[in-house]
Amino acid sequence: MTDVAKNLQLTEEEFLLNMGPQHPSTHGVLRLVLKLRGEFIEDLTPHVGYLHRSIEKIAENRTYAQFMPFTDRIDYCAAMPCNLAWAVAVEKLAGIEVPIRAQYLRVIMTELNRIASHLIYLGVMSLDLGAFTPFLYTFREREWILDLFEMTCGQRLTYNYMRFGGVSRDIPPEFAKSCKDFTKVFRKKINDYEALFTNNPIFLTRTKNIGILPIDIGLDYGASGPTLRGSGHNWDLRKAQPYSSYDKFNFNVPLGKTGDVWDRYMVRILEMRESCDIVDQAVEGLPEGEIKARVPAAFKPPAGEVISRVESARGEIGYYIVSDGSTKPYRVKIRTASYGNLQVLRYLSRGWKIADLVAIFGSLDVVLPEVDR
Amino acid sequence: MFELSGLVQWIYKIIAGISTSLGLPEIILDVILIALMAGAIIAFLMLMALFLIWWERKVAAHIQDRLGPMMTGWHGWAQTIADALKLLQKEDIVVANADRKVHYWAPVVAFSICFAVYAVIPFGKGLIAADVNIGILYILAITTFTTISLLMAGWGSNNKYALLGGMRSASQIISYEVPLTLSILGVVLMAGTLSMGKFVELQGPYFWKWYIWPQFLGFCIYVVASTAELNRTPFDIPEAEQELVAGFNIEYSGMKFAMFFLAEFLNMFTVGAVTTTLFLGGWNPPFPALAFVPSWAWFLGKSLFIVFVIMWFKWTYPRLRVDHLLGFAWKVLLPLAFLNLILTAVGVTIF
Repeated sequence: MTDVAKNLQLTEEEFLLNMGPQHPSTHGVLRLVLKLRGEFIEDLTPHVGYLHRSIEKIAENRTYAQFMPFTDRIDYCAAMPCNLAWAVAVEKLAGIEVPIRAQYLRVIMTELNRIASHLIYLGVMSLDLGAFTPFLYTFREREWILDLFEMTCGQRLTYNYMRFGGVSRDIPPEFAKSCKDFTKVFRKKINDYEALFTNNPIFLTRTKNIGILPIDIGLDYGASGPTLRGSGHNWDLRKAQPYSSYDKFNFNVPLGKTGDVWDRYMVRILEMRESCDIVDQAVEGLPEGEIKARVPAAFKPPAGEVISRVESARGEIGYYIVSDGSTKPYRVKIRTASYGNLQVLRYLSRGWKIADLVAIFGSLDVVLPEVDR
Repeated sequence: MFELSGLVQWIYKIIAGISTSLGLPEIILDVILIALMAGAIIAFLMLMALFLIWWERKVAAHIQDRLGPMMTGWHGWAQTIADALKLLQKEDIVVANADRKVHYWAPVVAFSICFAVYAVIPFGKGLIAADVNIGILYILAITTFTTISLLMAGWGSNNKYALLGGMRSASQIISYEVPLTLSILGVVLMAGTLSMGKFVELQGPYFWKWYIWPQFLGFCIYVVASTAELNRTPFDIPEAEQELVAGFNIEYSGMKFAMFFLAEFLNMFTVGAVTTTLFLGGWNPPFPALAFVPSWAWFLGKSLFIVFVIMWFKWTYPRLRVDHLLGFAWKVLLPLAFLNLILTAVGVTIF
């Protein structure tokens, strides 16, 4: 603490508060060193790295296929997009064509996972603001999505579902009905959440005009996803650079106006509705055919390098792969959305109170394992 | 038929008989009686606190689509007893460099104050320990001590989170004390008395005569301000879990923590009891025809309903921020309370 105190140069009226690594609202293991004047935050330093697991280094010692389960562990709240990003990157490297049915299945799973992840955001955000009950409501709905995943791939959290050239298993016959029931019921549940929050005066005073993120600052720090779309930046990889046949679906990209905590909340609420639409379209228009292209067992992509990214629930997740033509990647660099989103926290929370810091941090929807990898 | 006042008089007669037969001076008789009353109230309140904690957990669980404690007895009725026993066995930890005396006495102060209030609460017909003529003033004076206990806990713990919690609670309780007192003054003006027993008598067993109707604004202000006094959501900023971890009681463990916890629930019942007495006719039934239900049951039912409403707040709303909270007290509640007071004064003068 003493060296930190020296760096922050405290005056007499200021004091230092160590928030975390263990703290109810740091969403994992994040340490924030706050310089406070009373309740006001003069400055803060986020210390990351408590959850570092060397996933990038592990990739160098695994074959391409063996690394797939590790991608689940990057962001356990939205493991499907992490899976998908790795599959898309390797397919781009090796030039593998994915059957159209597999692409649709990927879309269904990724969008369901986006809803599940946004539900965690909503529950935890409400918890951060002191309302305990919505947390359990969102987890009740998330349970249904996890049941759908379990039905398909046997896993509830870390799916290991994507394969190079397709997916591991086809959906079971009862999936389509259950999925349609879910989207039907879930749209009503979103109305319930909105009734609890959107125009709740306490929620409005806690979120409106708090933690405003200008677009240029967000871009400079590398923020992405709903965090940046909340400020009105129209950039969604599903629209901008469609992958996995996202261009075949009809959906909107919700945008915020001011970029405050409330806008980031609203963008995610609307995204859940859009994801419901995409899932419905994909389940209805699911084409027949193969679910996996033929990829040799001893898979050796050609030497070269590739960069590829997809839109995860939190923003852009991308892989940069350098291949030397062997069965293992030479180097893998993972670009995760949470890392960029966390960087804006310092900018956003200076001058606000501790209670606002919690709201702002909740609205960024950071998953700490994704930050540290 | 089931009135407890008969039982009380019967006990009184027995003890008075014994003491006169032994030839004891009257003061000893008084001391014995006061000790008995205090013992009865404390026993009742301890049971009530245990019940309220179980009830809060059940209310929360059912609001949240859960069942809550189910394993210990019928619907988990013994869960709080088990928890209290567990807390009793826990090690009492005092942090290094804590202000040990302050740290030690803070829970004691918090815990003992909430019992003192019940000396003037009319639990039922003839069930009031001391019907002093300044009952409500006494309650207001005593409940303010809660701030001191929270400040003591915040200061004595040598913890920054606890200190922030203590600071917040001081500013919060002092702010909300003002509209709270003003909202009660409306009732006092109408009744023309400060005695808790008189309030109940004046309202009588006719629900249209209860002070909640002419004093509806005062009633609302009182419930909101007392929720703030209780440090409960949406006003629970002194112990805001997501910001200050646990606020003022962060460094307390074992029974000292339990004392804060029990005190919080007892204070909640105090609010229910005072609201019932001031606004809801106390132990009176709503119609004279319903008088066959004993008066203490009416009192308990009404008080527990108010407690339930306060619990309902907690499990529905998010938390306010500290400056909004104070702004709400000074900019909204205080003018409304003044308005209420002026209107009541005018009304009382005219009619």
